[in-house]
Amino acid sequence: MVLTSEAWPSVQRQFFSWFHFRESFPQVLSGFWLDIQMFLVAEVLILVFALVLAMIRSLRGPAFFPLRAIVVTYIDLIRGIPMLLLILLLGFGVPALQLAGVPTSRIFWGVAALVISYSAYTAEVYRAGIESVHESQRMSARSIGLTQVQALRFVIVPQAIRNVIPALLNGLVSLQKDVALVFVLGVREGLAEADIYNARTFNYTSYIAAAVLFLLISVPIARFTDWYTERDRRRRQAMSS
Amino acid sequence: MFTTNKTWARLLVMLAALALLAGACGGDDEETATVDEDVSCAFEDLNLVTAGTLTVATGETVFPPWMGVGDDVFDVPESKTGFEGALVYELAAKMGFSDDQVVFVRTGFDAAIAPGPKDWDFNIQQYSITETREEVVDFSDPYYTTRQALVSLPGTAVIGVETLADLADTRLGAAIGTTSFDFIEDVIEPNIEASVYGDNVDAIASLVAGQLDGILVDLPTAYFMTAVQIPEQGADGVIVAQFEAEAQDPDEYGMLFAEGNTLVSCVNAALAELKNDGRIEALEAEWLAQGGDVVTISE
Repeated sequence: MVLTSEAWPSVQRQFFSWFHFRESFPQVLSGFWLDIQMFLVAEVLILVFALVLAMIRSLRGPAFFPLRAIVVTYIDLIRGIPMLLLILLLGFGVPALQLAGVPTSRIFWGVAALVISYSAYTAEVYRAGIESVHESQRMSARSIGLTQVQALRFVIVPQAIRNVIPALLNGLVSLQKDVALVFVLGVREGLAEADIYNARTFNYTSYIAAAVLFLLISVPIARFTDWYTERDRRRRQAMSS
Repeated sequence: MFTTNKTWARLLVMLAALALLAGACGGDDEETATVDEDVSCAFEDLNLVTAGTLTVATGETVFPPWMGVGDDVFDVPESKTGFEGALVYELAAKMGFSDDQVVFVRTGFDAAIAPGPKDWDFNIQQYSITETREEVVDFSDPYYTTRQALVSLPGTAVIGVETLADLADTRLGAAIGTTSFDFIEDVIEPNIEASVYGDNVDAIASLVAGQLDGILVDLPTAYFMTAVQIPEQGADGVIVAQFEAEAQDPDEYGMLFAEGNTLVSCVNAALAELKNDGRIEALEAEWLAQGGDVVTISE
């Protein structure tokens, strides 16, 4: 149906041109390296920061109420703010304050915005994992004399993380696409290079080139997630039988 | 958008002063138009998306000095103000439309160049005519030729530059899809990779944030930026220089048509008449500054 449409040749020429694919690919690839670097740095920071948030949120008792309140407010607020706004606010707004010692780098603030936003979501993933661990584990840990933090650190969290690894990997796939959002700050990453090519030539094939690169990252992660989940399921079955 | 009467007054005074300079150096060559003799430009034969109406597309948010010049008509193309705003109505009149028969619609950059049928007759928003673009759309004959200008803030690394080589180690940026951006990459070729922004507003934010030393724009836009847009962000903008680089083809703006649209021939004929009547020159003098007082960098 699509291929027999009268307009197909012009769509093909503007979206699926082999010539423009080859022309734009090196340019898009050069920007894509920056995406990968930002993605890796951001992901490590997110995994650590979000875990800290989730652990604080899971602390019990009135003594920890102020800490819990701060974390809950943070998660509620940040998840409600559009990512693009956060990137613009930090990337252009903070450097414009011209405070001594505060970096003006767009890549720094772009990654910071991603970490701040994704940590709020990821903290909730961790929390789901922590709550999925049976209450008896926490009580046993406390009964052998571990403090709340120790119980979380040595007993609850290791089990919790195992339960939410597929969800964390899902966030990873999502993040590797969202790093491209920092291009609004004028950062020349892969999608920006595709955009530049399109604006110059009026041809969209450069976006296909970018998509191919993003797929090269996201498909292996997705396959790995499935493989890992399946292996984990088999191991648990083996243990319980 | 918030502007004070004072900034508008500054802009208009500057435009008027420079218009006088521009008027003094106009050429008198007879303009030739790209017209297909087989296309009838009688009013009832015009190839229009809506019969009897000229549907003109322009940007989502239009800026002075191109359209909507004045505090109360910002972003109002129907005000017939600004160079492109006035030009559209003069072209329409030449083709036989009354002012009421001109209708404006808004499009983004992508909607204008996507394949498939268009719901407007032509699109006018400072599209630079280039060969690669002409493979997928048609352009009218050029209605304006501009120079590139460098806009910055006092105290940045670009203040006082005299040659292109002086810009080698500066951080420059421009809006995506503009020849200003190509100008940085192909003519200035700085050692620091040029930054690219979705629009000039983002580029200004980055300049004010200290991430850029200068923004490249066409000269008329540079006047609007320094008189209105940068002051709005609480900073003082300056036009550092304009460029007359040999390596660069002139940057010409054309109206954009769907590929193969026969209306382009009729618009070209009307445009040629306006050029020969001296109307284009008069419109430039009325709306666009020509940069008489700005330092020119030629090499």
